[in-house]
Amino acid sequence: MSTATVFEIALAAVVLGLAIWTIAVPDTYSATVGFVAYGLLVALIWVRLDAVDVALTEAAIGGGLGGVMLLGAAARLRGSEVATAGRCSPTVRLSAAILSASTAAMLAFAILLLPNPPPTLAPAAVSNAGATGMANPVTNVLMAFRGMDTMLEKVVLLLAIVGVWSLAADRNWGGRQGPRHEADPKGVLAFLARLLPPAGIVVGIYMLWTGADHPGGAFQGGAVLASMWLLVIMAGLADTPPVSSPRLRLVLVAGPGLFLAVGFGGLCFGAAFLAYPVAIAKPLILGIEVAMTLTIAATLALLLAGAPERSVEP
Amino acid sequence: MSGVTVFGSFAAAAIGLGLYGLITNPRPLRKIIAFNLVGSGVFLLFGIVGRRGTAAGVGNDPVPQALVITGIVVAFSATALAIALLLRLFQTGGPLTLGSRAPPGPRSDPSGD
Amino acid sequence: MLPPASALATTTSGFLLVLSIAIPVAGILLAFTLGDRYVRQVALAVVPLGLAIAGAILLAVPQGGGLIVYLLGAWSPPLGVALRADGLSAVMLATTAIVICVVAVFATTDFRPASDARTSFAFWILLLAVWAALNMIFVGGDLFTLYVALELLTFAAVPLVSLDGRAETLQAALRYLVFALLGSVLYLLGAALLYGFYGTLDMVLMSRVVSAQPGVLIAVALMTIGLLAKTALFPLHLWLPSAHAGAPAAASAILSGLVVKGSFFILLRLWFDVIPGLPSFAAAQFLAALGTGAIVIGSVVALRQERLKLLVAYSTLAQIGYLFLMFPLAVNAVGQLETGQALAAGLLQTISHATAKAAMFLAVGSIYTELGHDRITGLGGAARVLPLSVLTFAVGGLALMGVQPSGAAFAKELLLQEAMRTGQWWWAAVLHAGGMFTTAYVLLVLAFALAPSDQPIAPIQTALPRRDLAALALATCSLLLGLVPWEPYLPISHDVMPKLFSRDGLAKLLLSVLGGATLAILLNPWRHPLAASSGWKAMGKVLEPLRRICFRFGDLVDKADSILRQWAAAGISLLLLGLALAVLMFAAN
Repeated sequence: MSTATVFEIALAAVVLGLAIWTIAVPDTYSATVGFVAYGLLVALIWVRLDAVDVALTEAAIGGGLGGVMLLGAAARLRGSEVATAGRCSPTVRLSAAILSASTAAMLAFAILLLPNPPPTLAPAAVSNAGATGMANPVTNVLMAFRGMDTMLEKVVLLLAIVGVWSLAADRNWGGRQGPRHEADPKGVLAFLARLLPPAGIVVGIYMLWTGADHPGGAFQGGAVLASMWLLVIMAGLADTPPVSSPRLRLVLVAGPGLFLAVGFGGLCFGAAFLAYPVAIAKPLILGIEVAMTLTIAATLALLLAGAPERSVEP
Repeated sequence: MSGVTVFGSFAAAAIGLGLYGLITNPRPLRKIIAFNLVGSGVFLLFGIVGRRGTAAGVGNDPVPQALVITGIVVAFSATALAIALLLRLFQTGGPLTLGSRAPPGPRSDPSGD
Repeated sequence: MLPPASALATTTSGFLLVLSIAIPVAGILLAFTLGDRYVRQVALAVVPLGLAIAGAILLAVPQGGGLIVYLLGAWSPPLGVALRADGLSAVMLATTAIVICVVAVFATTDFRPASDARTSFAFWILLLAVWAALNMIFVGGDLFTLYVALELLTFAAVPLVSLDGRAETLQAALRYLVFALLGSVLYLLGAALLYGFYGTLDMVLMSRVVSAQPGVLIAVALMTIGLLAKTALFPLHLWLPSAHAGAPAAASAILSGLVVKGSFFILLRLWFDVIPGLPSFAAAQFLAALGTGAIVIGSVVALRQERLKLLVAYSTLAQIGYLFLMFPLAVNAVGQLETGQALAAGLLQTISHATAKAAMFLAVGSIYTELGHDRITGLGGAARVLPLSVLTFAVGGLALMGVQPSGAAFAKELLLQEAMRTGQWWWAAVLHAGGMFTTAYVLLVLAFALAPSDQPIAPIQTALPRRDLAALALATCSLLLGLVPWEPYLPISHDVMPKLFSRDGLAKLLLSVLGGATLAILLNPWRHPLAASSGWKAMGKVLEPLRRICFRFGDLVDKADSILRQWAAAGISLLLLGLALAVLMFAAN
């Protein structure tokens, strides 16, 4: 057995342990902490699978922002735990365990049966990269070959925002999301919130820019920018904008809006909907990605902030 | 290919664990976490499929990678919506379970008198 | 349905498919940006556009030889994504456009930015989103694009449930969301495996290479249960009654009429177009058996509801079961699913239910607003005070029951023919029983609404007749569906139609009305105002022992339903179904 395999087995075992802990531990807050650790280690698995783009996304969105969101919810729900602890009967748990295990076994069996040689679209993706002028094949798939999926997924994000906003009490409609954060202006959080954002913003923009040719892109860059904004909000240095703000709404639709506009451009003047003319493909795609990064950053941060809870101040 | 086997079994196990948690744990937040566990297993499966499809100098087939990135973002927004619903339910003082109470059943006498 | 030769190049009218998705999406973005005040205007401007696009596709499909195709970004599959519309897609697109249009007219008075900024903002955007997602589902040619569309549909549907912000509806929305997410993640799991086997997600390319390997069967089983969970087929219906009954009327109409059809349509595509040879006889029988369970449980529980909205929601549960009866009837001699008459009949049922049920929910919404309640026992005299709403409910109900010339009657006759042709008499029996159950709950509601009231009832609020007229038009559509010339879109022979009006057809109708009336009397526990009359009392004495037995049976069904609606029970059933389907398919191949 090679060292690499030993490492992989050890990594899988540790992550599996965390997954079991996350499901089994009685206290919800501990489970959440377990899940955050799990998410970060899964990012390592993605690196081992040679999928650095996904590893970055998993670490930033799945582990990082998702973790903050789950921890925040667990903290707010802490008092309610006792009242709702109605556990299933042992019979139910046993049958659920047997069935879940059989499903997992069936799945593992199916994975072992995957064909050899494996089918792949990698050569097709690489040989068509010339049409966009970008060297990162993942960005090409996201922005060109499967652009429709990416655009619709931006609409999914927007709908999530609409859904979260729709949960406001009527009196708070148009107001600001989430509770107001008051932090000690001389505390650690405020210090970090002044120190990190300049660097974070640079990192976010770099991730977006480098995504054209190397791992990175709008999602990862957007997630970094979102976390910087959240840090500033949580430190009490800034507040969430009121949901009725026209500027905010413009930022939230900028990404899908530009994507759709370029798509229509292709439909009217080009080869097809979402087809980019070869000469200007790269600038067009980068332009969409810039708008998308802004949209993603704002969307992710506001999804974390939760339903509008405060009416617009008079 | 051994890494693929190891992580493949892990992905299946994560999905099984997540399904178990999703079914048995009565607390909604734990169900949401369990759903994320299932999701991460499914995404890893895409990663394994992609890793097997390494070719043309690319270590992992870019198509499944792109699908996973889309999937992660969708799963994140689903989690956000679920948590917002849960917190709102908590605020309104509703029951924090997903158990479904019977709609008020008929109480009248069958004979109709 | 998808002829392989021409499925991989853009056809002349293919751009219409892009527009059918891009126009509602543009509407969403515009409405979101312009904000609360203009959101309704934007939505109302998009509605006629969308209707026109659906109409154009309806015209274009027969001209294009039954199939129009568009390659997005001019990339051909497997690397790119194709949109395709065949007869099935065209029919579904048109139905969706009509239902959305009617609901929009109905909702203009309910969701006004001036009086209620929050709900109107959410409702109109979500309405457009449901539309975009459904159109994407009907024309999507790629399994992952369909996943994104499915999620888009979920994200649009869930907030509709909890628009009023009460704890009950928030809980219903959360339950719906988590269960629906479980469904879509299982679908995605299957799609991942299929990509691993074939290196493509395009449905046409996959259908050419797919074979009955164990791994593929597992993938199909997982995708199927995921879609069943989202369609709320018994026993996976825990989320449906509370979600559909709790939402505002216009939202319920969308959820019950259209949203559950989205995942159902993907299931049809998967089984009939991608893997027609794999599921085979046993798996198809199994699905229809679940459908039978849905018909019995849904109908019996519906008959015992006190609230009209819950009755209609449970009726949706039963009708979803009805949709699955076509699967075994579509299996041909060599064990392949055939895109023939059975599928066409099933699709006809789908659109009949979409139109009739949406109209019924709208009518119930009007009754609720005007009476201030929807207790079935308190409906006495409603027909006199709210003639239009009750008429709409009645017409929708008649269409659902399968009175000639409704789409439901036509579909039932086609399915009965197929059952006789393939020798599966048991499904003919279920079809007849299902018709009787439907008749039972429709008659029940009408019996209460047409009964005289002891005290005069005064509507607390009078609605504009425009609302009711829109709903009535939709119900009438459903009632006339059998007269539409379907040949360009669905493989249906119209020689069935005269049969419907023959003495035989009318006898069948009479039978189902009599059976339905008996079921309603036997199973419904409420006391009808006429029950005091002497003739009724005499009959009551005869029926009394039978009624007691039936009431016991109803109690049992109620109990079974409330157990199945427990989260753990539904989760366990979900996994059990997955394993059962996989085993059945293994055995057959």
